[in-house]
Amino acid sequence: MKVSRRTQAFWIAGAILIIAYAIIPVLWIISLSFKEGDDITNKSFLPSTWSWENYKTVFASDLFTTALRNSVGMSLIATTISVILATLAAYAISRLDFPGKRLVLGVALAITVFPVIAIATPLFDLWRNIGLYDTWLGLIIPYLSYSLPLSVYVLAAFFREIPWEMEQAAQVDGATAWQAFRRVIVPLATPGVFTAAILTFFAVWNDFVFGITLTSSEAARPVPAALAFFQGASQFSQPTAPIAAAAVVVTIPVVILVLLFQRKIVAGLTNGAVKG
Amino acid sequence: MSTTTSAAPPRPPKETRAARRIRLTDRTRKERNLGWMLAGPAFIAMVAVTGYPILNAIWLSLFDFRLTDPSGREFVFLGNYLTILTDGLFWQQFGITSLITIVTVSVELVLGFALAMVMHRALYLRTALRTAILIPYGIITVVSSYAWAYAFSNTYGFVNGVFGLGEYDWFGGTWSALFTVCVAEIWKTTPFMSLLLLAGLAQIPDDYLEAAKVDGATAWQRVKRVILPNMKAAIMVALLFRTLDAFRIFDSIFIMTAGAQNTETLSFLAYRQTISRVMVGLGSAVSVILAVLVVLIAVMFVKVFKTDLSQQRGDKK
Repeated sequence: MKVSRRTQAFWIAGAILIIAYAIIPVLWIISLSFKEGDDITNKSFLPSTWSWENYKTVFASDLFTTALRNSVGMSLIATTISVILATLAAYAISRLDFPGKRLVLGVALAITVFPVIAIATPLFDLWRNIGLYDTWLGLIIPYLSYSLPLSVYVLAAFFREIPWEMEQAAQVDGATAWQAFRRVIVPLATPGVFTAAILTFFAVWNDFVFGITLTSSEAARPVPAALAFFQGASQFSQPTAPIAAAAVVVTIPVVILVLLFQRKIVAGLTNGAVKG
Repeated sequence: MSTTTSAAPPRPPKETRAARRIRLTDRTRKERNLGWMLAGPAFIAMVAVTGYPILNAIWLSLFDFRLTDPSGREFVFLGNYLTILTDGLFWQQFGITSLITIVTVSVELVLGFALAMVMHRALYLRTALRTAILIPYGIITVVSSYAWAYAFSNTYGFVNGVFGLGEYDWFGGTWSALFTVCVAEIWKTTPFMSLLLLAGLAQIPDDYLEAAKVDGATAWQRVKRVILPNMKAAIMVALLFRTLDAFRIFDSIFIMTAGAQNTETLSFLAYRQTISRVMVGLGSAVSVILAVLVVLIAVMFVKVFKTDLSQQRGDKK
């Protein structure tokens, strides 16, 4: 369509507005994290002097550093396992005919519909009985079951677009179904798997409900949950600025992933949701 | 999806099940086994962790059971449900939850549509736009809640300064506190909505719009008569996803108001009953009710969606 200069200016203005909308709250929390002393309550957007003090406080606090370690470790483990299982399942769903396929998809849908809090509270009870309460494994397991549906849908949508004649060609040439999967589909599917991994990581990294219900100590508490229990240096000082600093730290991985892979993330979200 | 991977010849459509079973070739059987071998682990991982807790929650919801007093556990059948459903507080929280859902989802739909239009039409700044919009999507909800809570705070925030509101305490009243929660929710989730809408928008052929333009349709008419009817499916999916999500709102309430000033939602109630008050029976009952409500919303959507689609099909005939 031909676009006049004036309409294009209109869309550019809109784009700038949207970018401002998206980043102002992020800039605000960054700015807050660099405030110190009286600046914290100066109620203006920017600090009068920029200080690293809050970052020093946060990294000197065991509560935060262990939580960060927990978050990174558990997110990476859960993402890896989840994506491997989802890849296998999505391949089966999009390529193979087997009884119970609809059951798998139905269960996945049911889980995305079921409220997390409704699972978390009975899990709290169950985990206490079998000793998984307040452990890494106790969080990784629910992360898996809650992130699998999304990855399965994203990957199944992606796999459906792969030219499967190539797989058939391999099978005609004498490859087994497994070999066709390993040698032909895996290289074609890697971008989709990657996208699913990023989306899964976001979901797990964001978890708060399981984090607060299934932990009671630093042993397994992830950052979002730890932030909610963060205390200031003394009981009377509000930990506002250190919380802001910690919040910025856990936002960095998100921003890096978005900057590097924005195209993939957009494609994954739109394909998985609309076509899946 | 089809059986195209199997080497068996295409079957006539009206074959009976029994006949099909006889025709199961070695190849199909292998395919079935492989299907379960591949999908099985994911299936088990999904069911093992959710199936038992769901059944357990339903079972526990029938007891008067406090974790600190296990011996006092007593079977009360539907007593917990009766207690909850006759309690005014539950209905108030149901109202608050519904209100948040309706307000945020409708604002998100309008705003998300505008965002999607800009993303679809803007020729410049595309990458910057996509990157910027993914930041609210990817950011941790707790972080965004803190950012907005501090922004609105009358001790730390810049909002009162910018709008000249002095010492106005946003978190001092129900409505203003709910307003801040809605703002935080809308900010965080509109990008997701807009991406789903963008996918729908991208599927409308440019010729349609071109033709409408040639026929003299105004921009508003083009949106109303051409764009919206053609992306109904995308709108329904986006609405469904977001409504289910919004109804379960928890993180931002926990961080921003902690349920103070009557801003408690149903998820928060379930959490408080089970974890803080260790009233496992009552809390489980709240969870079950919440789950049933969510399922009802989903079913409602799918029903409306289906009649809508069939009507559309009828129109075209």
